[in-house]
Amino acid sequence: MKNEYKILEIKDIIINTQTIKTFIFDWKMEKDEIPNPGQFMMIWNFNGESDEKPMSVSKIDLDNEEIGITVKNIGEFTNNLHSLKIGDELGIRGPYGNHFKLNGDNIIAIGGGVGMAPLRSFVEHAKSENKNVDVVVASVTQCELLFEEDFKKLGVNVFTSTDDGTCGYKGFATHRTIDLLKSRNYDMAIVCGPEIMMKGIFNILEDNNIPGQYSMERYMKCAIGICGQCCVDNTGWRVCIEGPIFSSEEIKQITEFGNYHRNGAGIK
Amino acid sequence: MLNMELCGIKLENPLLLAAGILGTTAASMNRVLDAGAGGVVTKSFSKEPNKGYNNPTIAEVEGGIINAVGLSSPGVELFKEELSLINRERKTEKSGKNNPNKIAIASIYGSTPDEFNYVASKIGDLIDMIELNISCPHAMVGYGSAIGQCPDNTFDVVNAVKNNVSVPVLTKLTPNVTDIKEIALSAQEAGSDGITVINSLGPGMKIDINAGVPILKNKFGGLSGPAIKPIAIKYVYDLYEDLDIPIVGVGGIRTFEDVVEFLYAGSSAVQIGTAIMYEGLEIFSQINHNLIKFMEDKGFKSIDEMVGYAH
Ligand SMILES: Cc1cc2nc3c(=O)[nH]c(=O)nc-3n(C[C@H](O)[C@H](O)[C@H](O)COP(=O)(O)OP(=O)(O)OC[C@H]3O[C@@H](n4cnc5c(N)ncnc54)[C@H](O)[C@@H]3O)c2cc1C
Ligand SMILES: Cc1cc2nc3c(=O)[nH]c(=O)nc-3n(C[C@H](O)[C@H](O)[C@H](O)COP(=O)(O)O)c2cc1C
Ligand code: FES
Repeated sequence: MKNEYKILEIKDIIINTQTIKTFIFDWKMEKDEIPNPGQFMMIWNFNGESDEKPMSVSKIDLDNEEIGITVKNIGEFTNNLHSLKIGDELGIRGPYGNHFKLNGDNIIAIGGGVGMAPLRSFVEHAKSENKNVDVVVASVTQCELLFEEDFKKLGVNVFTSTDDGTCGYKGFATHRTIDLLKSRNYDMAIVCGPEIMMKGIFNILEDNNIPGQYSMERYMKCAIGICGQCCVDNTGWRVCIEGPIFSSEEIKQITEFGNYHRNGAGIK
Repeated sequence: MLNMELCGIKLENPLLLAAGILGTTAASMNRVLDAGAGGVVTKSFSKEPNKGYNNPTIAEVEGGIINAVGLSSPGVELFKEELSLINRERKTEKSGKNNPNKIAIASIYGSTPDEFNYVASKIGDLIDMIELNISCPHAMVGYGSAIGQCPDNTFDVVNAVKNNVSVPVLTKLTPNVTDIKEIALSAQEAGSDGITVINSLGPGMKIDINAGVPILKNKFGGLSGPAIKPIAIKYVYDLYEDLDIPIVGVGGIRTFEDVVEFLYAGSSAVQIGTAIMYEGLEIFSQINHNLIKFMEDKGFKSIDEMVGYAH
């Protein structure tokens, strides 16, 4: 059955920042479905207080048959994940949702905070296809910058920006992007981060006629398109099926984008 | 050709969206209407907001899923906003489209007749029908099937609501009883305009043998999907003989053949839920399309002629 859990040992844990860790799992690419960059997994933590939440696939290593998820510790569930050790087990079902499409040659990837997670696997893929990729890595402060080293190793241009100026450009991802666009040309953009940031980036990319693909987050229960929890106004699209990646044209139709979302009870 | 009436309300076709599937927002219900459903039943809601159970809320099993979403909803006050935005035939000030012969049915729940009545009284002008959920197999103590497993409680809830609303009322029954006839007759006697059968079956459980624990956070949940269809068909078939009011059949419908089977057994209309997971939203237009072909082949001129055909 497609939606059955694979119970997998945590093979490795990479401490990315003070609040972000990457968990690595063996993933039989032949047998299990190969994830595409932008897709997500449902992660079931049955150790202690059982719960399950969506996480993007940040690493897809076809050669070594490994995948990774990158988790920011922001609440009970993610805190429990952070307390796990190598060898502990998690239930994983997926991959779910649509994915980023590689339809440009000069790509800008813009991510804020843990929003870098889905961008990472895409950038890796785009580089293997010999595309030009610039990445804007943004965070509140220096010690929260995610994957800067990974990106440099991949040979992409990395432009950091921190709100407080402790690393790279001082200011928001939006300002950094405006600055970059003055001197560089792109024919595609992928974006993931806090929605308020994505909204700002959306406006900038629209002004510059750069088609974008945006990774959205909404509260999820089933992830298989039936509970209705993740639907967005006014199109009714399910973020778990028609998303989580939406094109600029689609984003224009999502009236709640950057405005509001619903919690687990459906309250805005 | 598929036009029909349910409790005096005109419907473009007999396919309705089942309660609890894609029924949390007006936008998603409008999408289901656009995809070809004749009507939608909302996610069940009550007086107060309810968070429901934590994940995992759904586990796939052979022939369907078990779920314990736990009746999560924002409560009637906030949900009224969504109801007012559904593009049904009798459009409200807010809803955009006038969709001829498309209807919205509000599924409500509560723990007492008063609570049901309170919720029903708040929404009468925003919807075309009310469905009373007295049959959820994994609801909190005192809710759901705790009511629908007792003929007297069923009577009291239906009676309370019927005395106060003008729209038709469907009563949704649980299959998890020894004598469904007694309960259905109770609902009919209390004035219910129709019966919906069945809610999810069980409850059931799935243990992940590698994790070594039940998957659902609530440990158990209601079984739905193709596996429960034969049981639903039998209930519809039996109740068709016992009742004077129309039956809405639900449980495991995935193809037009399933719909025909439900009509033949005695349902006037049907609801579709879990199969959306396999077929996508196209399921509604596909079934409508194939149903018309089937009717032409067999020489049926209306849905009505097919209802109870197997008796
Ligand atoms: C498609 C998708 C991909 C995601 N990818 C990542 C990722 O790669 N890395 C990462 O760190 N986080 C990711 N998230 C967010 C992650 O799921 C939430 O941060 C996490 O659920 C928070 O749980 P918590 O209990 O620690 O915090 P809580 O305090 O419970 O919640 C904090 C916030 O997280 C969100 N959230 C809570 N529960 C859910 C849920 N069931 N579904 C969706 N959102 C929820 C809510 O907005 C909530 O306000 C993703 C979310 C989605 C929808
Ligand atoms: C995820 C899920 C949530 C449900 N929520 C409700 C609900 O809120 N109220 C209700 O009356 N029935 C609810 N049901 C039951 C369905 O409406 C339906 O009776 C049952 O699933 C059988 O039909 P199916 O096999 O076509 O899904 C739910 C079912 C599922 C799968
Ligand atoms: S999470 Fe259930 S429909 Fe998307």
